[in-house]
Amino acid sequence: MPLTKEQIAQRIARELKDGYYVNLGIGIPTLVANYIPSGIKVVLQSENGLLGIGPFPDEGSEDPDLINAGKQTVTTVPGSAFFDSAMSFGMIRAGKVDLTVLGAMEVSERGDIANWKIPGKMVKGMGGAMDLVASAKNIIVAMMHTNPKGESKLLSHCTLPLTGTRCVKKIVTDLAVIDITENGFKLLERAPGISADEIRTKTEGKLAVEGEIPEMEF
Amino acid sequence: MSKVVLDADEAISNIKDGDVLMLGGFGLCGIPENCIAAMVKKGIRDLTCISNNAGVDDFGIGLMLKKRQVRKMISSYVGENAEFERQLLSGELEVELIPQGTLATRCLASGYGIPAIYTPAGAGTEVADQKEIRNFNGKEYLLEYAFQADYALVKAWKGDTAGNLVYRETARNFNPLMAMAGRITIAEVEQLVPAGELDPDFIHTPGIFVHKIFQGRGYEKRIEQRTVRRSS
Repeated sequence: MPLTKEQIAQRIARELKDGYYVNLGIGIPTLVANYIPSGIKVVLQSENGLLGIGPFPDEGSEDPDLINAGKQTVTTVPGSAFFDSAMSFGMIRAGKVDLTVLGAMEVSERGDIANWKIPGKMVKGMGGAMDLVASAKNIIVAMMHTNPKGESKLLSHCTLPLTGTRCVKKIVTDLAVIDITENGFKLLERAPGISADEIRTKTEGKLAVEGEIPEMEF
Repeated sequence: MSKVVLDADEAISNIKDGDVLMLGGFGLCGIPENCIAAMVKKGIRDLTCISNNAGVDDFGIGLMLKKRQVRKMISSYVGENAEFERQLLSGELEVELIPQGTLATRCLASGYGIPAIYTPAGAGTEVADQKEIRNFNGKEYLLEYAFQADYALVKAWKGDTAGNLVYRETARNFNPLMAMAGRITIAEVEQLVPAGELDPDFIHTPGIFVHKIFQGRGYEKRIEQRTVRRSS
């Protein structure tokens, strides 16, 4: 069975380490916050100017001055801090944020990412994505393995306009966990019941499969 | 000379057609609601607006777009606005999309009197087209210029009669950067207090950067994505 979006988030949450500062993008990445392993403390950074994002507020206590980068109402946690947008991207550019999780339309076998523009369609803008991918120490992409047409999103070369080059380190899809190495994609884990052959078929870029590939457990 | 003016109408009275404006805010959070309403009422046109977003159809900069007052938007993300999309596709509106950190840092450079900065954001992408690229320690950086804006319109939580400003929560965002960057900076505040009431240790924007300040009225503070905890 392919993973649900929640399971993709759950699998990515296992990459978190105690003390990490983490920036979570919009969509599946946001769900990672729901699966932070017990015993681990991470601080979530929101590029609009908040360190220490708390849960969504209770109904009736929404505060219009307190939102995340997806413009959703949020809360703070003990130890939170507010700052301006330049300082926020200073944290990102200077490598203070340990892990960035974001979605993508395409990833190439050398770690290029495309996630902001489809030529000929309305372009909404890159927001903070280009700054994040240009500077983050560790970038994990959360996405479906194929697009709605069934075409692979893991390519030898991206076809869409790039957001950044040679920056993605790991990809978690509904089918697999894949590392990006000097030699391209490398299969690390399979979704339960999904064969390495199926993953290979649905990966357009070069995919290394070495030995027995373990199944993810949930 | 007092920096305090009566209201938004008086504050924006010298803004003219064709001016370059910075507008603080992220989404609809921390936007200069009163100044936008006054500009819509006055009908100033051909404006270039530097702002992270372009509002929604019926609020924020979206209100100025609807009245076709904006010639060019410089933003990082412009979703959630159908009228914006229509004007962009019909060629009525010019749009320059730039990375959010680049936008913030071009404001910062302007406010700090620095003509340009180098940033890695956009290296190897179409954002780098026509830009000067320099290699530092094996990594590519783009030369990006400081903005030059005729006016910065910012919104703060509290301000005093000396022009000192304090922002609240994530409504801070681009406001302090733009406040420093405007050739003329207009601040609207939820609470205007006499000089001496704000603790000097906790001022975000010192008054030297603020030319006009007024007590804002009737803040709507609209929420773009109201999200609450699921009750279990």
